Amino acid sequence: MANTLKLEIVTPDAKTYSEDVDMVTLPAVEGEMGIYPQHVPLMTQIVSGEVAVRKDGRDYFLAVGEGFVEITGERVAIMTDMAIRAENIDEAKAEEARRRAEARLAERLDDEESAMVSAALAHSLAQLKVKRRHHS
Amino acid sequence: MPSTRDIRRRIRSVKNTAQITKAMQMVASSKMRRAQQAALAGRPYANLMNEVLAEVAASIGDFIHPLMEKREVRKRALIMVSTDKGLCGGLNSNLAREAAKFDKDATLYISAGRKGAQFVARTKRQLTAEFTYKDAPLFSEARAISHFARDLFTDGKVDQVDILYTSFISTLNQKPEIIPFLPVGEIKGVGANVHDEQPLAKGTLEFQFEPGVGDVLGALLPHYLNFRVYQVLLEAKASEHSARMVAMKNATDNAKQIIKDLTLEYNKLRQANITKELLEITTAAMAMG
Repeated sequence: MANTLKLEIVTPDAKTYSEDVDMVTLPAVEGEMGIYPQHVPLMTQIVSGEVAVRKDGRDYFLAVGEGFVEITGERVAIMTDMAIRAENIDEAKAEEARRRAEARLAERLDDEESAMVSAALAHSLAQLKVKRRHHS
Repeated sequence: MPSTRDIRRRIRSVKNTAQITKAMQMVASSKMRRAQQAALAGRPYANLMNEVLAEVAASIGDFIHPLMEKREVRKRALIMVSTDKGLCGGLNSNLAREAAKFDKDATLYISAGRKGAQFVARTKRQLTAEFTYKDAPLFSEARAISHFARDLFTDGKVDQVDILYTSFISTLNQKPEIIPFLPVGEIKGVGANVHDEQPLAKGTLEFQFEPGVGDVLGALLPHYLNFRVYQVLLEAKASEHSARMVAMKNATDNAKQIIKDLTLEYNKLRQANITKELLEITTAAMAMG
């Protein structure tokens, strides 16, 4: 019986993460969700936020954007438009991106643009959240 | 018999051409590297998406999403992904040959790239929309195309949508290819390596959905389709730049060969002229003496 999960996180630009882990916590649409090995097969959506990974007794964190998750007993596959490891987040940059996105949202935008800016804002907020929680 | 001056002029003009094609080759090759990288980087995501959707599709049972509805095909649409500019070898004419196989009256063409639109207009086919995409295709451009095709399908204006694009195999090899787009049925990958693989395994797992099948598929399918178009655009760009680079390299090589031949001819002619002049001088000297 497998007692690890294969966690794969891919974005359109690259495969960000692919390792065997003990547990994954992810921000599903209906609330945080903790996944252990042998989980029932499940398909759900995630919102932008923080993914926590437990591996060999240590916790690792990533900031992710919106996307989809496929969970089987042995594998968690996350498809999202952004995934950055906590240690790679540039706080100053994320903060600046947040301010820029907020300023843009204050302007009048059509639906398409405002959806894009909201997504960008959610991305930077997720990054900031992950960074501040664990490194301040 | 051309004079030496004519030949000199021709050599100069061919040299200029060679310089231009060489420059275009350089530009294409640097763009090619970027486009190839982008196309290859997108593949893991596309593959995973395909895998997931294949598994999910097998386990949803009787649920039919509007985008998966199979209807009798009376009208169909073809998304034709071509280039904006020429000078890329046989790429666009190969595409056009494939596109011409579709029934003229029952097919609506959606073109991405100017060359495709020109072909459709020239052959008096029905062009419903023309989209453009940049050298580095944006996801929003792909979304616009996918959205348009989806609307056609859900409004019942067409019963099937296919994509025609140039699949990127290697720098020297690209192939026009038709892949199904709508309705979402059997899931097949985009890209060169998919042909060697066996059809994606049908899941044996019963998936649960959260919040519900309708919600998850409602979000997943459009995203899947958008991304499919995006990946197609990336592949098409990689193909375009590769084809252009190869075409320009051939042009440069040909120009160099012509310069070589012309130079040889020029030297021969020059030599002949000198010999003739010498002959004239000596004959004149002999006549005088």
